Amino acid sequence: MLAGAKSKLPLFIFLTPILLWLFLLIVLPHLDLLRMSFRIENDYGDMIWSVNNYLEFFREPIYWLTFARTALYAIIVTFLTLCISLPVAFYITKVAPPRFKGFLSLLLLMPFWVSELVRVYGWMILLRESGVINHFLLKWGILRQPVEMLYNDVAMTMGLVYTSMLFMVVPLLSVLDNLDDSLIEAAFDLGSTTPTIVWKIIIPHAMPGIASGSIVVFMLTLGNYLTPNLMGGKNSLWFTEQIYNQFIASFNWNQGSAFGFLLLIISSLIIFAGLKLTNQKLSKVVQ
Amino acid sequence: MNKQALSLMVAGGFILGLASGVNAETLELLTWKGYAPKSLVEKFEKETGITVKTTFSNNEEMIAKLRATRGAGFDLAQPSQDRISSVQEKFNIYQPIDYAKIDATLIVPSMLEAVKKNTMVDGKSYGVPHVYGTSGLIVNKKTAADANDYTALLDPKYEGRVSYRLKRPTLIAMAFAEGKDPFALYNDAEAYQALMESIGQNLIDAKGLVKTYWTNGDALLQSMRSGEVNVAMAWDNGGWKLNAENPDIDFVAPKSGALGWIDTFAIPAKAKNVDAAYKWINFMMVPENAAVFTNAEKYGTASAGAIEFYDDSVKANFQRSFSQADVDNIKWYPPVPAKLEAIEGKILDKVKAAQ
Repeated sequence: MLAGAKSKLPLFIFLTPILLWLFLLIVLPHLDLLRMSFRIENDYGDMIWSVNNYLEFFREPIYWLTFARTALYAIIVTFLTLCISLPVAFYITKVAPPRFKGFLSLLLLMPFWVSELVRVYGWMILLRESGVINHFLLKWGILRQPVEMLYNDVAMTMGLVYTSMLFMVVPLLSVLDNLDDSLIEAAFDLGSTTPTIVWKIIIPHAMPGIASGSIVVFMLTLGNYLTPNLMGGKNSLWFTEQIYNQFIASFNWNQGSAFGFLLLIISSLIIFAGLKLTNQKLSKVVQ
Repeated sequence: MNKQALSLMVAGGFILGLASGVNAETLELLTWKGYAPKSLVEKFEKETGITVKTTFSNNEEMIAKLRATRGAGFDLAQPSQDRISSVQEKFNIYQPIDYAKIDATLIVPSMLEAVKKNTMVDGKSYGVPHVYGTSGLIVNKKTAADANDYTALLDPKYEGRVSYRLKRPTLIAMAFAEGKDPFALYNDAEAYQALMESIGQNLIDAKGLVKTYWTNGDALLQSMRSGEVNVAMAWDNGGWKLNAENPDIDFVAPKSGALGWIDTFAIPAKAKNVDAAYKWINFMMVPENAAVFTNAEKYGTASAGAIEFYDDSVKANFQRSFSQADVDNIKWYPPVPAKLEAIEGKILDKVKAAQ
């Protein structure tokens, strides 16, 4: 008993900073935001309790439409990221010569050595009307007039996929590493085609990695602010921007925090639904 | 490993913070980009030994930052004069200015009086004028010769070559362009909302013409330089900066009136180094220093006598863009009453969300 208590003491000592960190910097502010989200200003300028901030989201089409749009794009981005990342991860783990594996993973990581802002500005320099790509297309005579490739949903989606690829590839790398090559060889020996192998062997085996990667990518995309704002331009009202506007432009922190909690709740529900649809268990996915 | 690295970083940051707090006096300045030119900061540091730390922001973010800390974290802020009184009334984030500590001879008297009046809450004033300027049009004369009013931003002729900010000045400018006076409706929230909703609808209808809604002044100037944008609503100094590089581009005072703003010095409620704040104000208003700022940034300053030290090109800018009639027609922002921001915020959201 005494020995047990003794051995736990260091654990508590080392755990205290992280617990304090979590409690003071994450739990407490959230509680305050939660309280704030249920307060509104009445006609006399006094603060009263109300669920009006939450009702406002459903009452005003612009808010829930923006949310629906954001969620839809986040799902599309997640799917596209998966489509690109699966072959990449498969190539790195199974096809590439072993001595290049580390190098290839490093190449994937490299863009993340600079901040997201710099990466987005890089894309903007490439895509803008007076940008690098247009310059070469004109020079080679492929185009007569420069085209604006920035400030539309395609550019925004591409930027988001680029930003989130790494977070899909890494979990896929670890699950595909465990995939026994002989399964694929056996399938080929038995005369199955490549699509069948992908569909029947690789994807089912990679499912936990796909699910955890998708959750991360979905959440990151849904909560992104920079990329939609800078690359999407005039048409890209993202829900996070809506929250920012409530806090900063309208000075309505109560409405803003209600939106924040709605984002948290609804995105959790979407992930929950996704897990149910694909028959995954959260406890298995987060391993 | 992560945890370790994190705690190391935190500890490191803590020690650094302590060390800098002990060693030198600092001035935490919350201001706009360009308002604290490096040469002036260095001169100030040499004269006083006070280190200046600048944070660049805009009106909305300044208010939000100070509101979050209830007026702590900064020694001096620079909000526009029309955004002080209602914010102060509601959130109490500034402290009254002690005008005895300011060398009033350095400041244009009429401006000082106007700012005192506009930033007054319960008999105390909260602002000292620093910089003034206008919002109007930056036009590329070669490609958009007849753009002389805000309505050019809605003109199909300039499809894909138009840019403006999705902020309250745009709504107000468009209202003036329609011959309405939004400032007269400031105290009638309902009428104001109705007017702004119709303006918002116009912006939605003309959304297809817009290249992008700019948020960063430098990015806008880059778009104008490269010919991606030919007509933009922006601050006068941007147009003048571009004019120095390319004479085709210039600032144009719109027919329905340029929007005049004055940015101020205001001291946050819990400022730590109030003395340094007053020193900075008096330093910036010395004519020679104010002129250094104006010559670099092209904005006018409220410093009396700075005009003698202006470059000729700066004087020429003003004369080129503003006739006497244009000057008389400048619409100076009156103090914004509370609640209008929420109305405008929602309309701007709708414009941004419209497809």
